[in-house]
Amino acid sequence: MEDAVSVTDAPNGKPADVSFIRKLLRMRETGLIAIILVLFIVMSFASPYFLTWVNMRAMVMAFAVEGIVVVGMTILLISGGIDLSVGSVTALAMVIAGWLFLNGVDPWVASAISIAACTAIGAFMGFFVTRVGLHHFIVSLAIMVIARGACLLGTGGRPLGLFTLPPEFKFIGQGSIGPIPVVILIFLVVVIGFDFLLRRTTMFRKVFYTGSNEKAAAYSGIRTKRVVFFTTTLCSALCGVAGIIYMARFGSAQPTFGIGMELNVIAAAVIGGASLKGGSGTIFGAILGAVLLSVVSSSLALLDVSVYWQDIIRGSILLTAVSIDHYLVKKRA
Amino acid sequence: MKQIRQPVLFRKFEQIGLAMIDDVILKISNLTKSFGPVQALKGVDFELRKGEIHALAGENGAGKSTLMNIIDGILQPDSGEIYLDGKQVVISSPAVAQKLGIGFVHQEIALCPDVTVAENIFMATTNLSRSFLMNYRALEKKAAEVLGQLGDIDPATLVRDLSISHQQLVEIAKALTLDCRVLILDEPTAALTEKEAQILFKIMRRLAGKGISIIYISHRMVEIFDNCDRVSVFRDGNYITTRNVAEIQPDDVVNAMVGRVIDELYPRKQSESEKTDGIILDVRNLSERTRFKDVTFELRKGEILGIAGLIGAGRSEIVKGICRLEGDVTGEVTLNGRKLSLKTYRDSIAEGIVYLSEDRKGDGIFLDMSIAANVSALKLEQVATPFGLIAGTREEAQAERLGKRLNLKYGSLSDPVSSLSGGNQQKVAIAKMLSVNPKLIFLDEPTRGVDVGAKAEIHRILRNLASSGVGILVISSELPELIGVCDRVLVVREGRISGEVTGAQMTEENIMHLASVGAKATIH
Repeated sequence: MEDAVSVTDAPNGKPADVSFIRKLLRMRETGLIAIILVLFIVMSFASPYFLTWVNMRAMVMAFAVEGIVVVGMTILLISGGIDLSVGSVTALAMVIAGWLFLNGVDPWVASAISIAACTAIGAFMGFFVTRVGLHHFIVSLAIMVIARGACLLGTGGRPLGLFTLPPEFKFIGQGSIGPIPVVILIFLVVVIGFDFLLRRTTMFRKVFYTGSNEKAAAYSGIRTKRVVFFTTTLCSALCGVAGIIYMARFGSAQPTFGIGMELNVIAAAVIGGASLKGGSGTIFGAILGAVLLSVVSSSLALLDVSVYWQDIIRGSILLTAVSIDHYLVKKRA
Repeated sequence: MKQIRQPVLFRKFEQIGLAMIDDVILKISNLTKSFGPVQALKGVDFELRKGEIHALAGENGAGKSTLMNIIDGILQPDSGEIYLDGKQVVISSPAVAQKLGIGFVHQEIALCPDVTVAENIFMATTNLSRSFLMNYRALEKKAAEVLGQLGDIDPATLVRDLSISHQQLVEIAKALTLDCRVLILDEPTAALTEKEAQILFKIMRRLAGKGISIIYISHRMVEIFDNCDRVSVFRDGNYITTRNVAEIQPDDVVNAMVGRVIDELYPRKQSESEKTDGIILDVRNLSERTRFKDVTFELRKGEILGIAGLIGAGRSEIVKGICRLEGDVTGEVTLNGRKLSLKTYRDSIAEGIVYLSEDRKGDGIFLDMSIAANVSALKLEQVATPFGLIAGTREEAQAERLGKRLNLKYGSLSDPVSSLSGGNQQKVAIAKMLSVNPKLIFLDEPTRGVDVGAKAEIHRILRNLASSGVGILVISSELPELIGVCDRVLVVREGRISGEVTGAQMTEENIMHLASVGAKATIH
């Protein structure tokens, strides 16, 4: 009781600087940035190629498009859902747009139709989750397989060559504005935009309420099914956007693209602080998670480590990061 | 041995005319048990005779369940002794209790829903069995024998396909297959139909005839007085008395169960000058398919109205029905003279009717979110710009203003609610309600899990709100709380309002009567 009384004096004044720093230190993002910095320092000594413009650019390009999917996945995880179909749906976006283009549709129109189709797939999953009452895991597992099947069906299993794509369309995936690739600009717009929306808008605050405690959210008058339907749909729509960018970048539509992407994306979000139980996570953190995974991959490649080892190391990083976080959360509680 | 038996012999001479079996099979002596600062059992004694049906009575929190859980080995006592057949025993787990011949039918159904009735009934035997393969045919045959005496249940059906009352019967069958000497039944009739209950009572008497001792927990006085031999009463973790049912009246039991003096923990009552004819809420013939029927009452301006009733009587269901949180409700609800046609809880919030949940952690608050975000959850628009951007400063200002009003103790408004004590968490939940300037608040167990100091504060807040014209309706299982806080109390029994008490009639005895027996006339 004595403690509680003395604490009351604090809220009247602004929080002291000390507590601000302490809060900063407690934030997941701070730890991730520290780890990434350490990796940078170590690698810049270990490999002369690491800290070069070419390598940096390659590293950012490696996660930028996937980063758009990470944004959708993080928001979905916060609302308490999960999506295993992101890889297949991204590939399907390429295939739909590519197929339409080869059949004479304007590439911009084809892209719009493709993104709309992916959005519809998300809405379809959202229907099964919120109206039929199935679990996200099962629904998205089924869609993962179905979408992949559709990709292979539509292409006969072979990549669609799209060399005739007009240069202004390829510009999305291959061009630069000044020294900065367009892909990275799009990525930054999506990340900063959604980070802002998630932190500041009432619409996305309801995503947090729903994921944190769905029943309490319903008891606060929030239409939780609508929220989950929305986040499920948004995730697939962002997969569509990512698919189109990939298509512009590669100049082809690959039906087998993105196999295993869901694991990378979920790993990034979880390393960045999103909880599979819902209610917590930030876009910034998830992107840092993606950066960490990408820096590790790049480092291992530069150090000539076998590709097979890379998977083992990535998996271990995921397990370590989540264990540490779990331990810290339990200790705090 | 002699020390143990002596008091029983002594009592035998005292109770002339009841010179039946006087063997004490189970004796509890000076048992204590604490959960943190809460002392659930404060040195309890208890004696169970061979072949008797012994009722346990007491309010919620009196210590009955804790005592039974200790006897079944689920909980370990802090101190005290347990004697079985005169020998001191340590019951370290439910498996040990089973070996000692103690069977326990819990109030909550604890069956595996995805396996058959037969497998559920013989779960314990299967666990102990040494054979490698399951013999399903033998299992079902044996199960059919046990079930035959209880009712018409096919041993091969999956438990999840059974009705709740049949599931309860399976629980009982499970206990019957154990070779037990002591059988504990915790409110077994709560989910049973009247007919099934009568079958159960018949079986209980037959078992008792065979020398099995039964401990029977129930809130229903009629059942106790129709079927039991003796009754022991507990109150606030203390053992009060044991009496022969034949020698007493339901009144005596109720008196023993309550009988507390209300101290000054509670705020003042409504003053004469505050009494008005103004009606805030008027409910007419509110019914729900299965949960309640023809509920009619009004809530006047300036008063705090209480709703009492046993758990499962339909108290929460009625208010949740009014604000459309659950149930398929028919009837008329009028707020401040205007008839309402609410469809969802959102409509209810928009009208200024809010519900404070009884299950704070389950559906009342967002534990891992900040205090400020919790307070603003009901109406985010209030702290946002027209474009839907949350204004952080306004959100914090709202939380700070309401926090001050409720004397909330916190470090920073951005701390998660999980960092607060139970009482302060509840204040956050109340602040959330107040954030929408409600006209009417339903509070379901507003002080559950709240320490005494915060409890008194919450009660004072409720009184102030009522005085300022907000309609306050309180549901509580704690009768002293209802009597201390409310100006009028409605009592709900089996989905209907069985009576209303006010002023000097507001006693625990009267309320318990209405809650467990019904209208006063039916007792005698």
